[in-house]
Amino acid sequence: MTSLFIKSIKFLVGGAFIVVLLIALYGSVRGVIKEPPAETAEHAMHKHPEELKLASDGPFGKFDRAQLQRGFLVYKDVCSTCHSLNLVSFRNLKDLGYSEAEVKKIAKDWGTKQPVFDEKGGTWGERDNVPSDRFPKVYYPGTGTPPDLSLITKARHDGAAYVHSLLTGYDKKPSAEALAKFPEFAKTPDGMHFNPYFANLNIAMPPPLTQDGQVQYSDGTRATVDQMSKDVSAFLVWTAEPTLETRRQAGFAVLGFLIFAAFLTYGAYRSVWAGVKH
Amino acid sequence: MSFPWAKHYEPKNPVMQWVDSRLPLPRFVYNAVGAGYPVPRNLNYWWNFGVLAGVALVCQLITGIVLAMHFHSSAAGAFESVNVGIMRDVNAGWFLRFAHANGASMFFVVIYIHMFRGLYYGSYKAPREMVWLLGVVIFLLLMATAFMGYVLPWGQMSFWGAQVITGFFSAIPVAGDWIRVWLLGGYAPDDAALNRFFSLHYLLPFVIAGAVILHIWALHIPGSSNPTGVEVKGEQDTVPFHPYYTAKDGLGVVVFLILFSVLIFFAPDYLGHPDNYIPANPLSTPAHIVPEWYFWPFYAILRAFTADFILPAKLWGVLAMFGSILLLFFLPWLDKSPVRSGAYRPMYKVAFWVLVFDVLVLGYCGGSPAEPLYVIVSQIAAAYYFAHFLIIVPIISSIETPKPLPGSITEAVLAKTGA
Repeated sequence: MTSLFIKSIKFLVGGAFIVVLLIALYGSVRGVIKEPPAETAEHAMHKHPEELKLASDGPFGKFDRAQLQRGFLVYKDVCSTCHSLNLVSFRNLKDLGYSEAEVKKIAKDWGTKQPVFDEKGGTWGERDNVPSDRFPKVYYPGTGTPPDLSLITKARHDGAAYVHSLLTGYDKKPSAEALAKFPEFAKTPDGMHFNPYFANLNIAMPPPLTQDGQVQYSDGTRATVDQMSKDVSAFLVWTAEPTLETRRQAGFAVLGFLIFAAFLTYGAYRSVWAGVKH
Repeated sequence: MSFPWAKHYEPKNPVMQWVDSRLPLPRFVYNAVGAGYPVPRNLNYWWNFGVLAGVALVCQLITGIVLAMHFHSSAAGAFESVNVGIMRDVNAGWFLRFAHANGASMFFVVIYIHMFRGLYYGSYKAPREMVWLLGVVIFLLLMATAFMGYVLPWGQMSFWGAQVITGFFSAIPVAGDWIRVWLLGGYAPDDAALNRFFSLHYLLPFVIAGAVILHIWALHIPGSSNPTGVEVKGEQDTVPFHPYYTAKDGLGVVVFLILFSVLIFFAPDYLGHPDNYIPANPLSTPAHIVPEWYFWPFYAILRAFTADFILPAKLWGVLAMFGSILLLFFLPWLDKSPVRSGAYRPMYKVAFWVLVFDVLVLGYCGGSPAEPLYVIVSQIAAAYYFAHFLIIVPIISSIETPKPLPGSITEAVLAKTGA
């Protein structure tokens, strides 16, 4: 009896799993029939980001330096009021084609200063930024918590396309059909703004890019809202991975070598096995 | 061990003679993965994956050891040391990090193929049960290592993954919460948890390496299985591992590295979750907490248990999730068919492919949000998973009429090549 029990214990345990799963299945199916899952507001109104083509896309893509510089200007003049870029250092801007002196000047003139603690006086003060500093943290007192933007295009599905759609998506209002189902969306809560690309649909960030020419471009590009949004999205692809181009270049070298090695190893395999049926 | 016709190590170089007579390490290597190990001549490419798993382990060890030199194991500094230090400032740090993160995925791809190969060709059957059992141990160790590694960058999914996985232990009746706090070293994942995960994440790969040595040792007693499942009958059935299989595995390794490189250099974030680029925030729960893809089938089994029946649903889920792997330990005794290879087992072959499909369905559901439809599908697929091993395989092994087996490996090879 005991040995029979030991022999069959795996069936008892496994059988219990199957039985409990079938009970759970019965419960889930009954639940779905009795109360079919209701459509959520997110499901009715959320929009998938629109496609965005950038110079850095695809395996052969390269950053468009002029666009990155324009995007940096948008970040500097608009985004940086609320959003930090704390994983990036001023010195990294040299990658965008700025000279040493320009980077020094950008750091020195940066609005938010670096906090310094005076050990003797026991008080906090501040100093100008230098190229070796990271972009300073930004402390935002209002509603919402503006995320750091350094990795934002990696930290959201669809990356740059999401950023671009979100920035230009404020004028898209919910359809009458959707509003009929979810009347609470007819009036956006105070301090919030409807944006169909945002996961929660109502976002605390007010429309940041509102009029053409909001940022002064010096390279002759027309600073339309759409253009500024594209430029800053491209810039944020760079901040998320400044080594992107190096990575792909190295990739081609590695793949080239490996494909060559594949021919060699295939040849070795054929010659070693020649005459041995297998 | 080994076959009587195995070649003997006869070093010509006086240095090797000197070493070998004092410490027979060269002889050991020669007999393990050199010309001294006779292997069936008919192994197909599915037999490459054992060596590939070894290569994946070595890649993970090398990149991991270097990454550890640059990693700050603290809740305040981990995210930054990875996303600034390693990704931006360390020379080729981005390569190390992407190679390590994608290396884990490649490791699991290889391991899953290796396991399914074992299932199809009945490699778990006598006299190779111990090889299979050690393989399941390695798989469990690998899962633990991968989970703890994913926690280290301290992003949102790291933190909430740690929260969910250590939460399993709170399902244990009575002492559960106490055990969870003891394991984490606190009430939520923080410095204490991160540091012990780092310590264990560094330790376990070496334990895996030890288990791999036992796995290979156990394999060398009966020798490798083969696609016909017919045992080696004589010298004509085998070729020496070196140069025959070193050449074939060499090609396999290069193809493996090509796929691995495509991931590292051209789609390094494809298999990851965007939320892990957000620093861990104990106050903000992600909308959908999902583990890495290689845990999805087990995550689906965990979430399929939604009914409190005698035990709480959560405890059922945790038991079944571990049970789904522990079940594999019993497989050599559940499948009683004397025929090893699925190629000669018409019913088992069908059941095998249904199982592959079932596990893929479980994986798809595990990666999807816990919506009713996915839960229902996971419940059916999870029940089928247990039924496959506990009902279908034992029944098939008693009612199936296998196809006639070839007389020997050589006979099968000659029949196939038409000589």
